[in-house]
Amino acid sequence: MRSGPSWFNVTSLVLGFSFLYLPILLLVVFSFNESRLVTVWGGFSTKWYVELMKNQQLIDAAIITLKVAFLSASIATVLGTMAALVLVRSGRFWGRSLFSGMIFAPLVMPEVILGLSLLLLFVAMDQSRGFWTIILAHTTFTMCYVAVVVQSRLVGFDKSIEEAAEDLGCPPARTFFLITLPIILPGVIAGWMLAFTLSLDDLVIASFTTGPGATTLPMKIYSQVRLGVTPEINAVCTILVVLVTMGVIAASILTKRQQVQRERDERAAFGAAG
Amino acid sequence: MAKKPIGPVRRAFSPWDDPAAKPFIEFRNVTKRFGDFTAVDNLSLKIYEREFFALLGGSGCGKTTMMRMLAGFETPTEGQIFLDGQDLAGVPPYKRPTNMMFQSYALFPHMSVEANIAFGLKQDGMAKTQIAERVAEMLRLTKLEPFAKRKPHQLSGGQRQRVALARSLAKRPKVLLLDEPLGALDRKLREETQFELMTLQEELKMTFLIVTHDQEEAMTVADRIAVMDAGKIIQMAPPAEIYETPNSKFVADFIGDVNLIEAKVEEKSAHGTFLQAVTGDFRIDTIQETTAAVGDTVWYAMRPEKIRIAHGEAPGTNAVNRVGAEVWDIAYLGDISIFHSRVGEKDTLRATVANITRLVERPIAWDDMVVLSWERDAGVILTA
Repeated sequence: MRSGPSWFNVTSLVLGFSFLYLPILLLVVFSFNESRLVTVWGGFSTKWYVELMKNQQLIDAAIITLKVAFLSASIATVLGTMAALVLVRSGRFWGRSLFSGMIFAPLVMPEVILGLSLLLLFVAMDQSRGFWTIILAHTTFTMCYVAVVVQSRLVGFDKSIEEAAEDLGCPPARTFFLITLPIILPGVIAGWMLAFTLSLDDLVIASFTTGPGATTLPMKIYSQVRLGVTPEINAVCTILVVLVTMGVIAASILTKRQQVQRERDERAAFGAAG
Repeated sequence: MAKKPIGPVRRAFSPWDDPAAKPFIEFRNVTKRFGDFTAVDNLSLKIYEREFFALLGGSGCGKTTMMRMLAGFETPTEGQIFLDGQDLAGVPPYKRPTNMMFQSYALFPHMSVEANIAFGLKQDGMAKTQIAERVAEMLRLTKLEPFAKRKPHQLSGGQRQRVALARSLAKRPKVLLLDEPLGALDRKLREETQFELMTLQEELKMTFLIVTHDQEEAMTVADRIAVMDAGKIIQMAPPAEIYETPNSKFVADFIGDVNLIEAKVEEKSAHGTFLQAVTGDFRIDTIQETTAAVGDTVWYAMRPEKIRIAHGEAPGTNAVNRVGAEVWDIAYLGDISIFHSRVGEKDTLRATVANITRLVERPIAWDDMVVLSWERDAGVILTA
């Protein structure tokens, strides 16, 4: 047996990663292009980033997007956590399977359909569309992702911990905030981050439910690209990629470090006892 | 860890024999059903103040359900539960004067040992200085002082178990409920902790209710044991009584080792009963009178240590019951040896012998012909 990866493994790796990252790499490289022509390399420059800072429209869109993502992720986290609690805890009640199926439907439902139905609802309610309707729509479709993430955290939760709190004189509501929430917090935060990211890059649903004065960044980028790709857009996208990457790396480092620390503690504890 | 000396000698304590004694905990005709399954079946039970009471039984016998009903996590389908004269119906767990030590310990993983112990006291709104005092006292009592600032995952199994105990004792509950408290510990630590539990109970003067499937544990710690099966109490008595005079095959078999001999009643007299083994190989003379009629089939239950085993005649015995046998299996456990001997074609009797001398001149070996003997009061006749 040879050690090290075989040629087959190396090829798979190279192909897979090129497929995933070549387009993004191209975008990043061309965001530093001196030339205005997107596909012709004219030398290194950061001028598109400078240009970007002057583009008030894009900055406004970015601010709206962040606000929408923050608010909708927060509401979705509350609702999704509640849904997860009910699904994991209430045991078997009539219609449980239907309920759990329904809460996860938006995961597989085509976004166009979700967007259209929300639009129809807002029209029927005679609701003027804009900032808040996007938030409502994003809450609707990110909530189920939060429910999934929190549910996975709750499945491994030892219910006797809550019983212990009640046994020691703590009423159920206080038990939730003092005991349950702190323990499932990593799941809740992960759910929030997922919802935030999903809302950040959503184009379809936002387009359906938006109104005047509420243009999100993906919508702005899309409408500009239709007039032709500018290196400025490449710069925006590069910033987004960098932000998301940093977020993901930070989150995984945090998780990893906690896990390592925990394992070390446990080894120390059992070593001392044995 | 140094072994703590066993606390004060247990005084004679038997309020259950006193008809005037007021029960502290009372289950009155309690039934609990989960769907079609009856976990607890019309069960009545009285537990007295400062008693160490054990509910003993296999899994699914209803013992844990009993405890959970007392703690308030389950509601009885029928019947009532009283604690110190108060009907517990409708009282939520967080208002009951009981505290429970959970099988999984159920420590709060995000809190330090100190915070875990203080949790219940904080819920009562106790003053901060008092809480600190009580926590320090509990830490000292359970020898956890060096670990006060640690989180549960930084502790060993034995230490976690101590935290769980300290936490459930901190509020000085009227009743401490222990749900299989020592299941996860290794044998040595378990024995040590059993003695510590008894000492604690003496010191704190509380009522302890323990649920366990481990008969040795129940025998060690409890004043009285209730052996449960299929939602009913089969026998309820102090450990020695349960062991020496089981009331049924189930109890005899569940507690300790036992020889169960199927026999027919041959003769009844004022001095006792003669039994004949159904295999026809030997007679048993007992001092016990029985309700069974002559000719009925009964079971004779005899503990292995009541049987003497010797080459030829057992020395220094005038035991009436004597039977020749052939040794076919020996287990040497150090402190004792277990001999399985074949009597006739079918019966096998188990005898345990304490190894009181280090060297034996002529040890009993495989295939030796031996004599098994026992006194007239060695076993009990069981009709159920």
